[in-house]
Amino acid sequence: MSVTRRDFLKVCGGTATFLGLSKLQVLEALAQAKEGKPAVLWIQGAGCTGCSVSLLNAVDPDIAKVLLEIISLKFHPTVMASSGEMAMDKLYDAAKTYDGKYFLVVEGGVPTGANGRYCIVGERKGKEITMLELTKRMGHRAAGVLAVGACAAFGGIPAAKPNPTGVKSVQQIFKADGIKTPLINIGGCPPHPTWMVGTIAHILTKGIPELDGYKRPKLFFQNNIHDNCPYLKHYDQQKFAKTWDEKDACRVKLGCKGPDTNADCYKKIWNNGVNWCVDNAICIGCVEPTFPDGVSPLYEQTTG
Amino acid sequence: MARIVIDPVTRIEGHLKIEVEVKDGKVVDARCSGGLFRGFEIFLNGRDPRDASQLTQRICGVCPTAHATASVRCLDSAFKVKPTTQGRLLRNLVFASNYLQSHILHFYHLAALDYVKGPDTEPFIPRYEGDYRLDKATNDVAVGQYLEGLKMRALAQEMVATWGGKMPHVAGFVVGGCTATPTAEEIETFKKKLAVVKKFVDETYVPTVYLVAGAYKDLFGVGTGCKNFMSHGVFPLDDDDKTFLLKPGTYTQGKDYPFDPKEIREFVKYSWFDDSTTGLNPRVGKTIPAPNKKNAYSYVKAVRYKGLPHEAGPLARVWVSNPVLSKNANKFLGLPDDKEIRFRDLGDKAFSILGRHAARAEEAALVAVAMEKWVADLKPGVSGAQAVQVPTNSEGAGFSEAPRGALSHWITIKDKKIANYQVCSATIWNASPRDDKKVPGPIEQALIGTPVPDIDNPFNVVRVVRAFDP
Repeated sequence: MSVTRRDFLKVCGGTATFLGLSKLQVLEALAQAKEGKPAVLWIQGAGCTGCSVSLLNAVDPDIAKVLLEIISLKFHPTVMASSGEMAMDKLYDAAKTYDGKYFLVVEGGVPTGANGRYCIVGERKGKEITMLELTKRMGHRAAGVLAVGACAAFGGIPAAKPNPTGVKSVQQIFKADGIKTPLINIGGCPPHPTWMVGTIAHILTKGIPELDGYKRPKLFFQNNIHDNCPYLKHYDQQKFAKTWDEKDACRVKLGCKGPDTNADCYKKIWNNGVNWCVDNAICIGCVEPTFPDGVSPLYEQTTG
Repeated sequence: MARIVIDPVTRIEGHLKIEVEVKDGKVVDARCSGGLFRGFEIFLNGRDPRDASQLTQRICGVCPTAHATASVRCLDSAFKVKPTTQGRLLRNLVFASNYLQSHILHFYHLAALDYVKGPDTEPFIPRYEGDYRLDKATNDVAVGQYLEGLKMRALAQEMVATWGGKMPHVAGFVVGGCTATPTAEEIETFKKKLAVVKKFVDETYVPTVYLVAGAYKDLFGVGTGCKNFMSHGVFPLDDDDKTFLLKPGTYTQGKDYPFDPKEIREFVKYSWFDDSTTGLNPRVGKTIPAPNKKNAYSYVKAVRYKGLPHEAGPLARVWVSNPVLSKNANKFLGLPDDKEIRFRDLGDKAFSILGRHAARAEEAALVAVAMEKWVADLKPGVSGAQAVQVPTNSEGAGFSEAPRGALSHWITIKDKKIANYQVCSATIWNASPRDDKKVPGPIEQALIGTPVPDIDNPFNVVRVVRAFDP
């Protein structure tokens, strides 16, 4: 099943709109990429599967459409049918078949302590395989790598001080090993589904999106949360909430990290537009490389 | 004798390896091995105690609300605060919404592909081949439900986010209550979404579990396990933790007992942790990894209660609480609709692969009913939070039930900072390795005796493991 132009426009209605693509651009891009769906290998390290669960919350296109019509997901530990060596063989075979053409998605950090033995991801031919080994091997021959979530992109939670298992980000692993594969970091704990699906859609239609200094797509991580916050007017009047139920007040004194955080949560709003952290409580700055040590203590004012 | 290694066990949360020995077509020995250590207990030390509810949610992206709940209950006890009625209802509703999403996700998207043949396209191929028993029409319906289930679980996540802020990883669970102040409009929208998800649970999920079970009836006799059950209790029905929707209690060697946290001990002889830490109650627990320890085979500790392995999860909760089952059960058992059937009426059938699926589905239905009452009891415009003070020195413990089983968090606070934090999660109960007396853990025990007619396609092995929702 390959993507037809009509299908792509149909499934990517919302995504195409926010990417600012004209129908014509999408048609042109797809006319060139008509051969089939790109092979995607999704591997998981020291993480919680929250990024995958967030991806399942994608809307327009929803996840069924992403999986069945846009990409060819060759390996994903949480959704694939196969297990064990059959699954590992699929991963290695797909990497061989689509050598230099597949996209690698990494979820979770990469522990380097104990020779990588803090995260054993599988076994093949009687030999255990660590996340450290797999990230290098699969990263080396990919067309591009998406490090999704705080852990893969920046070390995140498992790298919190004192980083007991020596967790490193994909970027650090690549640098140490001289791997030059193009890398995109999608921060967030977890990332908003649109940041993941939107980045994939951008790559398929317009190529790699413009990145900031942390290799994050500017499309999603350019604007400051505080500067765009619906509560900003209260900040300007120096009206600050001291309790959770004060709604007509800025939340920085409750600990909100909005002023130090760049992401478009304020306009994407989470879970199909239902809510977002700042309306409900505070921003904890989960998209930034400093998360979580640089934003602790979470419920004390550290910025603004 | 044949040896089967399954690593990774996919369609679960985390990194799990299963190793079984098969003799004369049956599993005679099993090892269950957790392959990831991150060290939450280590990096929580020295932090502001309030941060625990945010950081510990990141243990599991499928059930962050469970860790949020156990963590805030742990902090409530250490800070000596009691949530208001509004705070309790909001926590229940957010957490229960994730019960619905988690149980739907588990059945349709994690477990079902062991019974239902998916489309012949990736990620549904390759797969074990052979033992798919549904006729084509039923199989097609089930595949359709896989897709419908994706929508339903996303809708349930919207319900979580309504007062939890976002999902995965909720913003709104804090010591003392929940940050949200529900509006009348939110309450109405929540009710509408609940009605849609509840209808799916009642009219699609639960009947389909029994429908699939009908084609695999022998699996009511596979995966027995240790027959000891642990429930910490979940969804408080009053503000003093006196009554719960699913009550705390244990079923130990054939008898019912009240749950006593002092009887929990964690053993590490066969786990990659330092031997000096074995046998401790989590209140004074220590977590010191030893990744190269000889003879050990897992990052999961062997937690025991009164020295014995106990299974946790929907089967344990529903066995302990023994609720009346849906009419689907009557139909399945060929009994008249007006006869009241309770879970224990299933007898030994309950201790099985399908018993675990049936318990989970029936539990989803009864949680959805309770949610209708809780949402009706919410008061628009009333905050679920209260002011709290970080204690200088204190101790606390919080007990709850993740969708996948018993969960406890334990804290010691010194000089307003975390001095010790221990987490004893559902998968520690179920996926534990052998303890110091060499007694296998619940999943290991459930695997022993499992028929494996085709060692290249060991369906029943993965069915047993996934039925626990590890």
